[in-house]
Amino acid sequence: MTKARTLAEKVWDRHVVRKGEGQEPDLLYIDLHLVHEVTSPQAFDGLRLAGRPVRRPDLTIATEDHNVPTKDVELPIADPVSRTQVETLRRNCAEFGVDLYPMNHAEQGIVHIIGPQLGLTQPGMTVVCGDSHTSTHGAFGAMAFGIGTSEVEHVLATQTLPLKPFKTMAINVNSADGTLRPGVTSKDVVLAIIARIGTGGGQGYVLEYRGNVIENLSMEARMTICNMSIEAGARAGMIAPDQVTYDFIDGRDHAPKGEAWDAALADWATLRTDEGATFDAEVDIDGDALTPFVTWGTNPGQGLPLGENVPDPAAIVDENERVAAERAIDYMGLEAGMPLRDVRVDTVFVGSCTNGRIEDLRAAASVLDGRTLAKGVRMLVVPGSMRVRFQAEDEGLDKVFTAAGAEWRSAGCSMCLGMNPDQLEPGERSASTSNRNFEGRQGKGGRTHLVSPLVAAATAVRGTLSSPEDLD
Amino acid sequence: MDAFSTHTGIGVPLRRSNVDTDQIIPAVYLKRVTRTGFDDGLFAAWRQHPDFILNTEPFSKGSVLVAGPDFGTGSSREHAVWALMDYGFRVVISARFGDIFRGNSAKGGLVAAQCEQHDVELLWKLLENEPGTEVTVDLQERTVQAKDLTFAFQIDDYTRWRLLEGLDDIGLTLRHEGDITTFEASRPAWLPVTTPAG
Repeated sequence: MTKARTLAEKVWDRHVVRKGEGQEPDLLYIDLHLVHEVTSPQAFDGLRLAGRPVRRPDLTIATEDHNVPTKDVELPIADPVSRTQVETLRRNCAEFGVDLYPMNHAEQGIVHIIGPQLGLTQPGMTVVCGDSHTSTHGAFGAMAFGIGTSEVEHVLATQTLPLKPFKTMAINVNSADGTLRPGVTSKDVVLAIIARIGTGGGQGYVLEYRGNVIENLSMEARMTICNMSIEAGARAGMIAPDQVTYDFIDGRDHAPKGEAWDAALADWATLRTDEGATFDAEVDIDGDALTPFVTWGTNPGQGLPLGENVPDPAAIVDENERVAAERAIDYMGLEAGMPLRDVRVDTVFVGSCTNGRIEDLRAAASVLDGRTLAKGVRMLVVPGSMRVRFQAEDEGLDKVFTAAGAEWRSAGCSMCLGMNPDQLEPGERSASTSNRNFEGRQGKGGRTHLVSPLVAAATAVRGTLSSPEDLD
Repeated sequence: MDAFSTHTGIGVPLRRSNVDTDQIIPAVYLKRVTRTGFDDGLFAAWRQHPDFILNTEPFSKGSVLVAGPDFGTGSSREHAVWALMDYGFRVVISARFGDIFRGNSAKGGLVAAQCEQHDVELLWKLLENEPGTEVTVDLQERTVQAKDLTFAFQIDDYTRWRLLEGLDDIGLTLRHEGDITTFEASRPAWLPVTTPAG
């Protein structure tokens, strides 16, 4: 009898090209390589210098997302560094035979949105990209992780990566009937998980999210959770594929068809953690106890339920955490003990690879419908891809946003990391559906509160951090 | 990358310890889209001073850098190795190296030769008394020689082998290209390709 294995171990095992001897890492095959303009130029230049081709352009796909503007997209990019990176990507893709979805193409969008949308992300695959939020694709039962520029070059040249083994951690999210309370989303679940295990809690681990709450989530919601695995320090996050997964993939451009679909389904059914397999660590989350969650500090682990107050650093026992909290509260311009619901924002951002999918836009629109933004609040709604944009426009969501006073933009990473013109001014405060509240992430001196799309929209209406139940 | 066996070139005495990678190349030079051309960023802050050693002859044409202990500490940027090599350095001699820098050197083809600080001091004196003295670094024998001075340096067997063979990470993997091809033949036919669907 073969040893009982976890999902992550099964996916690893089926990709070993060559088992490492002694201290040598295993050589793993990569099924899908996603490329964008910021982390790829030196990788392509390295190939050029060494006279090497891209081994499998047919397993490689490129798009422009990190630094592209989201308005006036028909004009040349104003920022010279961004323009150079985009032009370089176009030249490299043409030279090395890699398919590219450039700005204004109907398939352009954030890499982690377009992979699943095209049906390229499938269960049991290995997926890499020069971007840490590649963990998103783990929602399909794929093993997906971010890599550095040298590794990008390595994958381009060999379609493999030498990798050291990882540990496994089960994150069990259960509730009495498998549902979450009204107004609680998968964003709140993952923020609560990170607050629980800390930003380093997942280091060296691949996380597997399990339990009846996870099983009842849509694919969009599952992607939000896996996306933020990296914020807990994890190598990757995964969810076992099931009927929800199959239904999402079925019929997409690159999904298997006919007999191939049946063969794929039979294979995917084996991608579950075996009975009796052991994880190196386990964490249990009570789904019934979860409420809308927001961050108050400058790392994604510094979060609390919206109904709580800004913490008092003096009450924190661990010295490192206390000092970090003091510094964060100072940077964020908050006061210990003030109710989080009283925190006033200038800007609301809905978008990113965390919450820029159609379901996220629908959630935000459902709150904004018939309402208007609070005075002095600006709101940017940035679809994660052109397809999401077109679908939202077909459903009339863009009209809901603009009627409420929000700006409706074109697709890209946008204010999530402020590499394009969408940035916070020094001292400005945002409620953002993105993934990182680091100092200066959304613009020099900007202050970020990470929230769900529902909380983002309710906050835009009230002007202070709020959930839909706070609205009249 | 090019195989390395022995190298002879002008030695440059850099009498500084704890040369971190931000000193080797400041962050502002990291925005490039190329893999080469980082030589202008090498020691950019120090090179503002006319009397910095690389601004003086014949040291500006040096290819063997002789530095104080703890060379290459700090940020993991691979650009530090690229900048040194783009400038023309093939070897750095020091009593201690930052771990990540040492690893990045092996990947980039730069020899990080670790020796006793005592030997560094002797070499510094020789290079300062007779500017332009050539230093020969023999990777096969793991020795440094300049005029009458000869001493041994340390480099681990694996890194030495890689450098002698001229194998970067990709080169190492491609030694197993047969395994990759065999694996590819076994992949299920239903796995997706990125070529736009008809």
